Amino acid sequence: MKPAPFDYLRAASLSEAHAALAAAGSDAAVIAGGQTLVPLLSMRMARPSVLVDVMHVAELGGVRVADNAIHVGATVRQAELLAWPALEQQQPLLAQALPWVGHWQTRARGTVCGSVALADPSAELPLVLTALDGQVVLSSKSGRRRVKADAFFTGLMSTARRDDELIEAVSFPCRREGEGFAFREFARRHGDFAIVACAAIVREKKVRLAVGGVADRPVVRDFDDASDDALAAFAAALEARDDLHASADYRRDLVRRLGRATIEEAKCRA
Amino acid sequence: MPRLSADARHTIRLEVNGRAVEGEAEPRMLLTDFLRHKLGLTGTHVGCEHGVCGACTIQIDGAPARACLTLAVQADGAKLRTVEGLAPEPGRLSVLQEAFRRHHALQCGFCTAGILMSLDWYLAHTSDPSEEDLREFLSGHICRCTGYVPIVAAALDAAKRLRDA
Repeated sequence: MKPAPFDYLRAASLSEAHAALAAAGSDAAVIAGGQTLVPLLSMRMARPSVLVDVMHVAELGGVRVADNAIHVGATVRQAELLAWPALEQQQPLLAQALPWVGHWQTRARGTVCGSVALADPSAELPLVLTALDGQVVLSSKSGRRRVKADAFFTGLMSTARRDDELIEAVSFPCRREGEGFAFREFARRHGDFAIVACAAIVREKKVRLAVGGVADRPVVRDFDDASDDALAAFAAALEARDDLHASADYRRDLVRRLGRATIEEAKCRA
Repeated sequence: MPRLSADARHTIRLEVNGRAVEGEAEPRMLLTDFLRHKLGLTGTHVGCEHGVCGACTIQIDGAPARACLTLAVQADGAKLRTVEGLAPEPGRLSVLQEAFRRHHALQCGFCTAGILMSLDWYLAHTSDPSEEDLREFLSGHICRCTGYVPIVAAALDAAKRLRDA
């Protein structure tokens, strides 16, 4: 359980981080809070030759609201966003989901963007970002681009980020009038990765359900009529698999029941 | 900071329990190993080494965090508190430590240092926690001996004594 050797570079500016990533090719990893990456290093599931630490890049800090979205910079820790006074008012779904992200002791270090970057299929923040049609702001030496969440998550811990890019920020759309939100999760211990996590958004008659922990990435479905049959069909289409924590059958059952409860809760809040 | 090469040791300077200290670390060295092997602070325990069990919890820049999920090089320049820093003076325990002793909130003691460092921070920020708050907060720690009941009782007792003090 010790990481393989790597060089370490603490970037002092965005341009320094970009230059380091451009020079390293496919061998670099970006580190911020390290709460997902360090265990991957220790288990040697990740073996970069150089770590580029962006935590001291001042340009990457801060939470701000602009163009009806909450922009969260790369160095913003999960605990910092959770303590942001406007969170509940600007985006209740994010406020409801964040306490489920890890434990107090990991939220104090882990960043919002880092959780998105590593794209664990059970992680809450990629799920919320996808459910809300959020965006990821990527930048490199050669420029900046915005990628929609559903295009960003490309598979099991895989994303559309190119090797020379880092995540500068993620943006979560603010709540709109008349929307109701709910978030629920089932895990063996509060704070562990979800066996199934559900986020629901209700607007007038439209229901959106997003599910994490089942497929290789967050999956979103919009329902005109979120009947039990429609929910069962969605659960069946998710290609759940058996693993150490739960069987595929159990996961499908959780999607139906937890999904139903989440949708009904969101309706009450609309 | 220049690029630190993988195969060399680099001087890490930080503050631990109010004292400026330094030691040498390769970039891949975890903060747990740095504390224990380089600084001799063996009160911080190493359990799962991937952030699940909570035994290695310390305070980094004023917040509880896993030392095993932090590289020593990341902590360069940081302010740390470890379990060695809890007692107000040699031979005297803190209010929280005393409460743990009174309530038998430990048996083997392996998880205790991490739990103390989390609770020390929590009780400094929450003067009147409910049992439910404490259980939620302690979900980041695994104890295989006590069943948690005496730990929660000790934390409630310590909170009350700190309020009354």
